[in-house]
Amino acid sequence: MRYLPKSPSERQEMLAAIGAGSIDELFKSIPEKFRLREPLALPGPLSEFEIIDYFKARAGENSNGYTSFLGAGVYSHLRSVVSDAIIQRGEFLTSYTPYQAEFAQGTLTAIFEFQTLMCQIAGQEVANASMYDGSTALTEAVLMAERLTDRDYVLVARSVHPEYRQVLNTYARNLGLKVEEIGFTESGQIDRDELTAEKLSQAAAIVVQSPNFFGVLEDLPPLAEAAHASGSLLVSTITEAVSLGIVRPPVEADIVAMEGQAFGIPPSYGGPYVGVIATREKFVRQMPGRLAGETKDAEGNRGFVLTLATREQHIRREKATSNICTNEALYALAATIHLCLIGKEGIREQALQNLAKARFAQTELEKIPGVRRRFSGRTFNEFTLEFPRSVKLINHELLKEKIIGPYSLGLHFPELTKNGVVCVTETASREEIERFVAAVRKILEKPV
Amino acid sequence: MNPKSAEPEAAAHHVGKVRSHPSQNEGLIFEHSIPGKRGMELPPLDVPPVDPIAVLGAEFTRASVEGFPEVSEIEVIRHFTRLSTWNYAIDLGMYPLGSCTMKYNPRVNEFVARLEGLATEHPSQPGELSQGCLRILYDLQKCLLSITGMDAVTLQPAAGAQGELTGLLMIRAYLESQGNARRKVLIPDSAHGTNPASVVIAGYEVQNIKSNARGQLDTDHLREFVTDDVAALMITNPSTIGIFEERIAEIAAILHERGALLYMDGANMNALAGVTRPGDFGVDVMHLNLHKTFSTPHGGGGPGAGPVMVKKILEPFLPSPIVIQKADGTYALDHHRPQSIGRVRAFAGNFGVLLRALAYTLAYGPGIRQATEDAVLNANYIRKNLEKYFDLPYDLPSLHEVVFSDARQKAKGVNTMDIAKRLIDYGFHPYTTAFPLIVPGAMMIEPTESESREECDLFIDAMRSIAAEVDSNPEIVKTAPHSTRVGRLDETAAARKPVLRWKPA
Repeated sequence: MRYLPKSPSERQEMLAAIGAGSIDELFKSIPEKFRLREPLALPGPLSEFEIIDYFKARAGENSNGYTSFLGAGVYSHLRSVVSDAIIQRGEFLTSYTPYQAEFAQGTLTAIFEFQTLMCQIAGQEVANASMYDGSTALTEAVLMAERLTDRDYVLVARSVHPEYRQVLNTYARNLGLKVEEIGFTESGQIDRDELTAEKLSQAAAIVVQSPNFFGVLEDLPPLAEAAHASGSLLVSTITEAVSLGIVRPPVEADIVAMEGQAFGIPPSYGGPYVGVIATREKFVRQMPGRLAGETKDAEGNRGFVLTLATREQHIRREKATSNICTNEALYALAATIHLCLIGKEGIREQALQNLAKARFAQTELEKIPGVRRRFSGRTFNEFTLEFPRSVKLINHELLKEKIIGPYSLGLHFPELTKNGVVCVTETASREEIERFVAAVRKILEKPV
Repeated sequence: MNPKSAEPEAAAHHVGKVRSHPSQNEGLIFEHSIPGKRGMELPPLDVPPVDPIAVLGAEFTRASVEGFPEVSEIEVIRHFTRLSTWNYAIDLGMYPLGSCTMKYNPRVNEFVARLEGLATEHPSQPGELSQGCLRILYDLQKCLLSITGMDAVTLQPAAGAQGELTGLLMIRAYLESQGNARRKVLIPDSAHGTNPASVVIAGYEVQNIKSNARGQLDTDHLREFVTDDVAALMITNPSTIGIFEERIAEIAAILHERGALLYMDGANMNALAGVTRPGDFGVDVMHLNLHKTFSTPHGGGGPGAGPVMVKKILEPFLPSPIVIQKADGTYALDHHRPQSIGRVRAFAGNFGVLLRALAYTLAYGPGIRQATEDAVLNANYIRKNLEKYFDLPYDLPSLHEVVFSDARQKAKGVNTMDIAKRLIDYGFHPYTTAFPLIVPGAMMIEPTESESREECDLFIDAMRSIAAEVDSNPEIVKTAPHSTRVGRLDETAAARKPVLRWKPA
């Protein structure tokens, strides 16, 4: 077997050196009756070339040749080949969590840079070394708010990604944390009338997403003001982080839970991505996840270490702020490299392109009779449209044109079955947008 | 200095204060930044440009991302390549971190994970356009069930710790369906820290139980603790000292008699794959760390994946959705799971990690047993060659890892951390220090199957040489490492006044 660096005779010599008569002797602590006598029923062994054939065949069974207008938490963006080349360097790819700081300064320095970039883009004071993804980052942010306020009730906007809310509910159920969902108005923003003084006086946090699941930007300053006036916190989540290239960062939020996939990480059917929690300096000791910090060695050389570990499970066990151990370090590195490449000018230009293309697509789609913008709020690169028919049916027809259409809201919002969220990023060409608009027009012109 | 000298005494004499490194002065990327540079250009905009203030309103617009770097492509390449040279990696040599299973990460796995048609797929795209992705997940499910001997599986958890939580939530849901969720989960004192942390998030209380003098769970002791209030025992098998729980079936029976369940932390599955199956020895729920046993890269701390395998009785409670094969042979995500614990992560889990684990499994097929055998062979070979030099607190047969203690070296004022840091000067990553907690001054060594006899011999030579240094020149060990870009870093200062981000001077 090509991965195993031993010859049969070396194995025999090593067994002899140990003083074992056979390899089975080394497994004698496993009760005889539980030891397998037959080989496992597994496909393989396959050579490298057969493995590639298997996966190429699977790749061929997916969406090749389709143009997609799906966003809803996962975004298609341009990324340089450079980040993939660097994260495949063995020194990054095949190294462990940097607990032995002297031998892991590469990873630690990069994490420190990641934390810095996340603070800069999110307008926060501290950011951690990553969470699993946006959905678990949001859940951990809510648990953090619960610890900070000592309140066990949260107000979550329904316009937060439905799958994020589902994850939060799974965690909340057994922790005695009560989650109340808050509706939305005609602007697509959280309904502030539902945020009564009574609710706020008991709530650990108001939880919103911006841009939200409908693509609409939430107005954070008044929400923060309302929360803070009653001892509550504002937790803001972001699924489309490229928006922050042009959209004002959530500086009023007390905790930001972000999905960093938009920073040059491929969709990869759902992961791995990179979650982030960013917050105020004064809250850092209640933050979950690893943190890299700057320090010095005895000779005064600058170096980086994992720090404030007394928050973490390997030190505090059942008293830790979270059970998270493994995080998404390699994709935090990928995001770091991507952001260094695209840089200060590029992130703004990219965001502006998204804004322009989405605006172009929206304007063209709204010209189709019966199609209208559902919400009046400001949007970035996603917008919700109401169609004269169910989005599911329209999407079914669009597939025949090799187009993956808008995200159908009916599944999670029964009152919005005729509504879909269209996402247009810089990867969509004008020609593709025009083909999409023409296809929708054709479908809707056909009699039902 | 020859870092991997086969002559340990010679190496000891040649190691001095070494500070040379070709890129030791590399600063932070922010310190390279000069306005007006960039490392990536976008194609020109092909639709009419917009004025952001007109579209978004001034109140929603920012001028720029203050502090963001402005550097060219070559500067980015150089910066990160220089940083990379400050890391150790499996690709450079043995990484004997006990309980971490730092094995070779096959390059073909990286290649297939990046294929057009896999890396490019959106998790919310229609099922009929995702058949390839779903089949990969389904095939992996079948492989994991075959290897563990369990009945059903979820691939959703993003890492081992999330797998633990998922398993515990399923136990809770099952017991609730029986009428009583119960209150406590038992955890041996040798367990990973994630176990008790996960128990708390699942809404249970932790009851710690002591291992016996042999490092095993005492069944009589266990019987006293298993009351009607106990939901489950979380056990790591083989334990964190690399020893199989010989009475595992009895342990399972004790729990089952009182209606409690047995959870197995599969972090050490690299000792068992192809040799024995947890499903056969009484385990009800377990997770696997695909970034350990199944070779997906650790990447400096993640990503991982923590699939959870369960027995039939727990199947209705699996997180939603699950991957199924329909009667017509096609694959789908099944969301209709009325008794499900819910979602633990958005979308379909860490698909890219799951895919790599399948590539690994396909490479071995039933031959995965040979990997397990080689891992156990290497651990025992190292044990045999080092047991004269280091204290072995538990003298039971080792499987995939061996745990020594620094008891002998302590007399000279040298502890496990000093020896670990000194290993760096010999060109090896340190072993795991100070864990498990039941071994004071633990030195936990897991070579994995990926090490040749030659590499094992070099490691043994290094460890023997350090043992000799402890007698002849303890200072050189206590002040190690001497060959890295920075010396031992002041962790106390880092925690006292945390500097967690770069700021302009």
